[in-house]
Amino acid sequence: MSALARMARTLRRSLLHAVPMALGVVILDFLLLRLMPGDAADVIAGQSGSATAATMAMLRAEYGLDQPILVQLINYLDHLAHFSLGFSAHYNMGVLPLIMSRLPATLSLMLAALGMALVIGIGFGMIMASFEGRWPDRLLSLLVLLFYATPGFWVGLMAVVLFSVKLGWLPSNGDMTIGAGLTGMGLLVDRARYLVLPSLALSSFFIAIYARLTRASMLEMQRQDFIRTAASKGLHPLVIQLRHVLRNALIPVTTVAGLHFANLLGGAVVVETVYGWPGLGRLALDAVLGRDYNVLLGILLMSSFVVIIANALVDVLQGWLDPRIRRR
Amino acid sequence: MSHPRGPKITRRRALAALPALALPRAIGPAAAAGGPERGGTLTLALVAEPTTLVSATNVFTPSLSVSAKVTEGLLEYDDDLNPLPMLATAWSIAPDGLSYTFKLRPGVKWHDGTDFSSADVAYSIMLLSRIHPRGRSTFANVTEVATPDALTAVFHLAKPAPFLIKALVATETPILPRHIYDGTDPFANPNGLAPIGTGPFIFKEWVRGSHIVYERNPAHWAAPRPWLDRLVVTFIPDGAVRSAAFETGRVDLGYRTPVALNDVARLSTVPTLRIVTKGNSYSFNVTRLEFNLDNAFFKNPKVRQAVAHAIDRAAIVRIVYFGLATPCATPIAPGLKQFSDPAPTPYPYDLATAERLLDEAGYPRGADRIRFRVPLDYNPIGDDNRPLAEYLRATLGRIGIGVDVRAQDIGSFIKRVYTDRDFAFTTNGASNLFDPTVGVQRLYWSKNFVKGVPFSNATHYSNSQVDALLEGAAVENDPVQRVAMFKEFQGIVGIDVPDINLCSPTYVTIANQRVHGHSLSADGVESSLMDAYVTA
Repeated sequence: MSALARMARTLRRSLLHAVPMALGVVILDFLLLRLMPGDAADVIAGQSGSATAATMAMLRAEYGLDQPILVQLINYLDHLAHFSLGFSAHYNMGVLPLIMSRLPATLSLMLAALGMALVIGIGFGMIMASFEGRWPDRLLSLLVLLFYATPGFWVGLMAVVLFSVKLGWLPSNGDMTIGAGLTGMGLLVDRARYLVLPSLALSSFFIAIYARLTRASMLEMQRQDFIRTAASKGLHPLVIQLRHVLRNALIPVTTVAGLHFANLLGGAVVVETVYGWPGLGRLALDAVLGRDYNVLLGILLMSSFVVIIANALVDVLQGWLDPRIRRR
Repeated sequence: MSHPRGPKITRRRALAALPALALPRAIGPAAAAGGPERGGTLTLALVAEPTTLVSATNVFTPSLSVSAKVTEGLLEYDDDLNPLPMLATAWSIAPDGLSYTFKLRPGVKWHDGTDFSSADVAYSIMLLSRIHPRGRSTFANVTEVATPDALTAVFHLAKPAPFLIKALVATETPILPRHIYDGTDPFANPNGLAPIGTGPFIFKEWVRGSHIVYERNPAHWAAPRPWLDRLVVTFIPDGAVRSAAFETGRVDLGYRTPVALNDVARLSTVPTLRIVTKGNSYSFNVTRLEFNLDNAFFKNPKVRQAVAHAIDRAAIVRIVYFGLATPCATPIAPGLKQFSDPAPTPYPYDLATAERLLDEAGYPRGADRIRFRVPLDYNPIGDDNRPLAEYLRATLGRIGIGVDVRAQDIGSFIKRVYTDRDFAFTTNGASNLFDPTVGVQRLYWSKNFVKGVPFSNATHYSNSQVDALLEGAAVENDPVQRVAMFKEFQGIVGIDVPDINLCSPTYVTIANQRVHGHSLSADGVESSLMDAYVTA
């Protein structure tokens, strides 16, 4: 079977799983959200600092909050069936354009953080495994332990103090220079500069995990018979390390990384707040605080799709890394 | 070992010096040596993202921060709330207080080129009286707005509304384009997201979660103002990052104490920054401890008096506000000079009296030295209420009242206090707004005990004498008489203590030294900023 067809099959299977899962996510979340005390009208009035009974009633009628919960759920599902995510009470606009305006920022942050975590983590793990028990291993183990034990937001804040306030190298807030009117390469460099600190903050914990995982799996692989065979074939040690040890050691790392995609979205809430990153994490937090059910449901739905797609991609990747996995 | 105590004391000392420090600096931003310069970009930092860019259906502070840049009002006010011309160039109030005539500025155009006229004013007032969170009370007495010609608007009132002339600032009563709102749902109208106004700045773009860009309106009626070519409004949710943004010069201006209270003193020593307190007189807040008078303990006046005796307002100002507040024992903030009653509270800080009152009330200290335990809920908006609750827990603990501080988000807090009434007492802030009838009456008027309505009479206070005074002051045309009524009201609630008023926070505006011409009016940074300019 060709790689393309295989990929298509994996994705199709994932999509089939996605529909009932999404429906479950929506109904469960919808009901859970109603357990939160207060509704959007309470929050809008609370933030405004003023209200009258008439304005409260008007707000609730405006956003359909005066309907029984079951009617609200049916209305929401009806909207979904028409591919609409509803209307945001807090932002006075459709949920889909609201989410779409924030999704690219979060995706780029998550991919950058995941990429950074994988590259640095696997790199550290390789070095640690190659120099097992010697000083590079000890030194990196210490650093990795530090990353593992320190909350990402704290790493982020300290990085702001050092790189933004003291050294002035990197910007501390936002995702681009406002109104610079950059294009092409300039725009890319500008965005990248803004991306460095938040992705570092978001990835620090995962760097630690991937480094330790890579180290452990590589050490385990190095003791396998086929490694000895490869060595006795006369292969260069570097080739052995990269093609045989690392490739096999990557299976647990990619499995865990796929699972972490959802965790990254959770971590994004904190990191996006610290760095004023205009992404979904902050929108989700604002939606919770604002009791903006439609926005939150939309984000949860969108996130479950992102996670499903990420898992499908991990399946494909693992099939490429280890052909034995394909024969299922 | 780092010891937090040392620096903290120096910080407080620095803060004590702050008002003296701020005064000479306040002259700086108002007038630079060279006079206003055209051009440049000013970056305004907000704590949160606005939910709408026009403060018509929602008066969330970030929305108030941006609304007036595009959408103007009939009037503006000086620091003492005396009206100044904006869209209205002249105005007169009939002696009976039942009609207000406004002459409108000629030649004003909406950003889409349509002529501004009295029809827009009439439409806006009647719409706001329906949809604005306060509109129903502010414009309750307005029966119609007549438009004898395109440049005259006459408000007709059923009863006098002595506060009305102070309600017409752009953020409170935005004049909306009738041709865009007419026949639409005002909550869903796209004008809230991409506003068309008459103001000095034209809306350019709103990048969600990041920033808003406004550009100079070259055809504005106040030409050559606005001086700025561009206004960027950026949202920085994290306090530490906001401080850093001011220090690095990434943002130029922020108001209503835009950084953590304990960071103000440090930033006041940064040479590129200027800290001023002017431009915050349109809305004074009072921080209060509200009792639930239906609570078994607090329905007893002696228990409330005991709590009042246990509170040291000077300590609150020092510990919770780092000096950035004025002690205030009445519901009307000292900032509203003519109305505020400076008389001291009948229940001064005196722990011995507090203990005696609790003994008399029948709550002796138990085996664990505790008389009774109550939960304290605090309003999570603003970063002053949590430390305030901690202070209260400590001081009430000394007279044997065990306090459990409960934390929750704004939605839960509003539901708990105003709908479920499942609270014992709560620390809360209340804005006096521009007049006590609008800002204060709602908290003490027995007819405003309405379940489910935020910032209503949460204590369930009911005193017919107070009701009569408040209702009388709301329609009293004689200013002297009206002030006397409010003074009497303050005396009564001061004795009844349905709530304990603690202090009025002093809001600071932080500006980069290159920014000038801001904080000139009562609404300061919330104004249109047409006079603001930047120097290199």
